[in-house]
Amino acid sequence: MALYSEKVMDHFTNPRNVGTLDNADGIGEVGNAKCGDIMRIYLRIDNDTISDVKFETFGCGSAIASSSMATELIKGKPLSDALQLTNKAVVEALDGLPPHKIHCSVLAEEAIKAAIKDYYDKNGISYDSSQFPDCEHCAHCEQNIPEGSL
Amino acid sequence: MKVYIDNAATTKPSRAVIDTMVSCMSEYYGNPSSLYSIGQEANMALQSARERVAALLGCQSSEIYFTSGGSEADNQAIISAAAIGEKKKKKHIISTAFEHHAVLHTLKKLEKQGFEITLLDVHENGLITAQEVENAIREDTCLVTVMFANNEIGTIQPISEIGEVCRKKGVLFHTDAVQAVGHIEVNAASQNFDLLSLSAHKFHGPKGVGVLYAKKGIFLTNLIEGGAQERGKRAGTENLPAIMGMVTALEQAVSGLSDNAVRIKKLREKLIDGLSEISHCALNGDREQRLPGNVNFCFEGIEGESLLLLLDQKGISASSGSACTSGSLDPSHVLLAIGRPHEVAHGSLRLTLSEENTEEEVDYVVQSVKEVVSYLRGISPVWRDLQNGKRKYVI
Repeated sequence: MALYSEKVMDHFTNPRNVGTLDNADGIGEVGNAKCGDIMRIYLRIDNDTISDVKFETFGCGSAIASSSMATELIKGKPLSDALQLTNKAVVEALDGLPPHKIHCSVLAEEAIKAAIKDYYDKNGISYDSSQFPDCEHCAHCEQNIPEGSL
Repeated sequence: MKVYIDNAATTKPSRAVIDTMVSCMSEYYGNPSSLYSIGQEANMALQSARERVAALLGCQSSEIYFTSGGSEADNQAIISAAAIGEKKKKKHIISTAFEHHAVLHTLKKLEKQGFEITLLDVHENGLITAQEVENAIREDTCLVTVMFANNEIGTIQPISEIGEVCRKKGVLFHTDAVQAVGHIEVNAASQNFDLLSLSAHKFHGPKGVGVLYAKKGIFLTNLIEGGAQERGKRAGTENLPAIMGMVTALEQAVSGLSDNAVRIKKLREKLIDGLSEISHCALNGDREQRLPGNVNFCFEGIEGESLLLLLDQKGISASSGSACTSGSLDPSHVLLAIGRPHEVAHGSLRLTLSEENTEEEVDYVVQSVKEVVSYLRGISPVWRDLQNGKRKYVI
């Protein structure tokens, strides 16, 4: 069996919405280079709706595929819908990820939320802060996976 | 184009090796421990294989123990030396920070059992010196274990010199020569090691078979108890087809060693020169003191797993020291040991040549790596920040 599903490979090799947006309304970045993955999401927001979205990702195949799929899932959607996006939805849309790659989908969810939070902050819009994760202490950098034997 | 350029991971068994194994399975199916003729014929084949290996390694056949591979040989060598040391109340072991996990994890286990482990720092060029080993040796040191050549960055340690220091100080010296045997000269008679591990599948032999060389007089501790195979030191009916395949592979590798080294080195230099044209990259490990077939680079601003997947799409089989390919969150301990920061170590690529690779393949690999690195940098926020001056280049 291949490491990744066909869907993952498709979004990895032909990622949707790659790039940046000039004067983006919201930018979110999560992860760190030390851990080996960083995602940056750029949002264009018109009337509380995500009219455009782009991403840049430094990371493995599943990180790139997760970013691509997450942007597809929120493009054209109202912010209220985008805030409901879960990592589980990203995993399902990708036809699954290997267990040790689930954190990539978590990063994608967090990156989108961070970008929306940035938009709210920039525009002085009040929000319930409990719906935004604290990325400084996300579980992904603290979990421990046994070493492989490659 | 299909290019297999991951020969440090494993190699393709040669035709002669496969033929040897197949004919062994039909001709020598007897159990070498059985006393009737077909058993004894198998036993003769086994002993002949042992003698041929001994001749190639410059030692006596009684110093050769067949194992299931390099990891088992590493484990048994270290555990045996530790047991010998413990009897003399010597419980200090010296090794390096960039050994294979078969060595490091065995040492970790011994540490839990009360041994003290000193892991020598490796220089930026991926080398240590005999002087550093000498400085670390104490009254209670029972073993020095230093790999002959590193599996990731290919650097070749001064094994004879380290062995000389150990002899002078009366300390046992083990070397994990899994990457060295069949590729550079390895000789028990002239290189001063007491224990050595090798693995057949690294030189076109079969998987699951290797050798532990233990100098005469070194008492081995069993890892596997049972029958009296391998002079009572390694139980289990011998894997004769694999052992004979290994001998064929070793004979081929040793007889072609000088010619292959010249040819492969030429390809290596071409590969290094080609990849060096990529901006913000660095060769890992000393350029001279390295295995003929090893090339290892770090490319700033990208991650290794995505690099490997895209190379695979182009038909190229390679390897990386990124966390995502190691199955852990940390990138390669070897790259960290030579001082590469985490974010750079994640973007590493190991290409390991064999005599079967061609110049055309090298050209294709260089072109493909250039394209893939450029593509991945184009979608990397880290690369954007480096280019905009928001992040400082490390290499």
